[in-house]
Amino acid sequence: MNDSMYAQWLALACGAFLLAGVLVLWRRDLAAIVRLFALQGVALGAMVVVLGLRQGSVHLVAVAVGVGALRAGLLPYLMRRALDTPPPGNGTAGEEARETRPLVNVATSLLAAAVLALVAYAVSQPIVRLSPGPATQAVPVALTVLLVGFFVLVTRRRALSQVVGFLLIDNAITATAFLTTSGVPLVVELGVSLDVLLAVLVLQVLTTRMRAAFGGTDLGELRELHD
Amino acid sequence: MTLLVGAPVLLPALAGCLYAVLGWRPATAWLGAVAAAGSLAAAIALAAVTADGPRQALGGLLRADSLSAFMLIVIGAVALLAMLASPAYLAAESAAGHGGPRAARRYGMFTQGFVAAMALAVLAASLGVLWVAVEATTILTAFLVGHRRTREATEAAWKYVVICSVGIALALLGVVLLHYAGQHAGVDAGAGLDWAVLAGHAAALDPGVTRMAVALLVLGFGAKAGLAPMNAWLPDAHSQAPAPVSALMSGVLLSVAFYAILRVKVISDAALGAGFTRTLLLAAALGSLAVAAALLIAQRDYKRMLAYSSIEHMGLLALGAAIGGRLALMAVLLHILGHGLAKSVLFLSAGHINLAAGSSRITAIRGLARRAPLLAGAFGLGLAAVLGLPPFSLFASEIGIVRAGFRSGAWAGWATGAALVLLLVVFAAVARHAGRMLLGPPQFSDAAGPDDPAGAVRLLPRTAALPLVAGLAAAAVLGVWTGPLRPLLETAATIAGVTP
Repeated sequence: MNDSMYAQWLALACGAFLLAGVLVLWRRDLAAIVRLFALQGVALGAMVVVLGLRQGSVHLVAVAVGVGALRAGLLPYLMRRALDTPPPGNGTAGEEARETRPLVNVATSLLAAAVLALVAYAVSQPIVRLSPGPATQAVPVALTVLLVGFFVLVTRRRALSQVVGFLLIDNAITATAFLTTSGVPLVVELGVSLDVLLAVLVLQVLTTRMRAAFGGTDLGELRELHD
Repeated sequence: MTLLVGAPVLLPALAGCLYAVLGWRPATAWLGAVAAAGSLAAAIALAAVTADGPRQALGGLLRADSLSAFMLIVIGAVALLAMLASPAYLAAESAAGHGGPRAARRYGMFTQGFVAAMALAVLAASLGVLWVAVEATTILTAFLVGHRRTREATEAAWKYVVICSVGIALALLGVVLLHYAGQHAGVDAGAGLDWAVLAGHAAALDPGVTRMAVALLVLGFGAKAGLAPMNAWLPDAHSQAPAPVSALMSGVLLSVAFYAILRVKVISDAALGAGFTRTLLLAAALGSLAVAAALLIAQRDYKRMLAYSSIEHMGLLALGAAIGGRLALMAVLLHILGHGLAKSVLFLSAGHINLAAGSSRITAIRGLARRAPLLAGAFGLGLAAVLGLPPFSLFASEIGIVRAGFRSGAWAGWATGAALVLLLVVFAAVARHAGRMLLGPPQFSDAAGPDDPAGAVRLLPRTAALPLVAGLAAAAVLGVWTGPLRPLLETAATIAGVTP
């Protein structure tokens, strides 16, 4: 793979990665949000494949397949299952499947994403400066997605939206790891993936319990504990 | 050697598997305690063999030095207390109609897995594996926090998993960035996250990237250690978990996360100078002390009171680490052990009080001293210990931190002075709440009248009294005589404080 092709493919994968992250803020339908998350997983896998081909590393391409399978296949599948569990009682199905009242509306959220991108570019300067190249120059993209993940976490009110926010953060960190050093050691990568998978499983079970205890997954209802 | 280094992880892991297969029954109820005692013995043996240098196992994946061995002793000791108290606690829970055999089996599995994950965290040679183990503790304890399945428990479990996972994700980004800085400092790719190797190459690490990495690591592991600003989950989780689990979480899990900060500090101090982590830790320390003091004054729930006291003590540890130097770090390590013992006794006795009174509100408890002298004694003495009164070891370690603080220059003097003022506020608040609960005429909100002769017996079965007395006795003995622990504390503090 020659230089310009490498740079173009990498830019394409990173662009798709960023776009999927930002569009999560735009959609309110939770099923669509899960689809966007799966798309982001595909982009992340593609990004790692491009890096692997560039370095001629079969090992890295194999890791890319694993990363893609987890983040574009298994995790979205688990989230869709949490979404499809029928709510108890009736009439709330429509309410449950949508992010009805986010704390910040969609237009403002997208503007905030633009501001977060600027912040990400500013803070990632030391990282780019250490070893400039097409891969490290894409680090600001990953950090933007990280900040968008935080934004989703604090402004969205459905349990599933918070899970997506958490996973956006995790995707962004994985992307940073591959863009800077072609990944952390394999033992650590496996451990991290297992932790993330288990965390999502735990959150899925807790979502079910939350439905049973609170009759919904609106996090605004979580007000039992305070000082 | 591999077996000895691996034993503190393997024994609880094995016990967890046995619980998964056999379930929680009279024959297996003490299995957890046996595993904890075995781990404690292995930790003491490790402390002896690592006195003259670190030992590796599993091809360099695990490494034990004096600091790891000391943390393993803390984990073993607190796990032993918690596991000794578990059978009585689960029996009382099921008598009160909470949980059944399935919940008990899950309890056995998850507590053992939790202890194994903490042991792995302090034995890991790689910062990456350390991170994985710390995140694993969050996942393993999630269902323990939500054990009772009430609205409160579910809410606490949700907030716990989300806030801790996100907080610790910041630490993962820090790990990734440190790995990147290491690769450009000539660290071999295979050993890229080994903290000893990174500390060895510290001088060559890029300062800009390292600064970001260290800040993220301190913030992320600080979230898990209950340090300000990300401590909102702690009072909820610690007050909703079953009492022995609260003891483990408050007594050791916080310190294990703090241990990670100590390892990062060694790398950071060598790469960036001591000033950078000092600023971060001082901010976290004073912030945590202020939060704890503010929320303890008007606290209405005695379990949350204990949780905020843990935040206060984590703040003290951060203050000691910020002061640095061997004396302050020795005091910090002794404080970790003393706090682990005293806080587990407190959470265990609070669990008994809660089971008897059916409420965790401070106003629901009156005159405990006359109603149940032994229980009240354990709770009162435990509070005296965490408030830093002699003869308990927390008195000695707090004095150590304060003395080191006033000796290390003007900034440390001011910070220590501010911390002392906040400690006084904490003292007054907790003493007032404790006086209300322990003294005065007996009154409980439960059905049993004050003259019920069976009441006092029901409050504290004999097997349940053992861990309370043992924990307090150990904390008191450590206060006057550290004995064979002293050389271990010295080498461990040197490891945590090395600045080339």
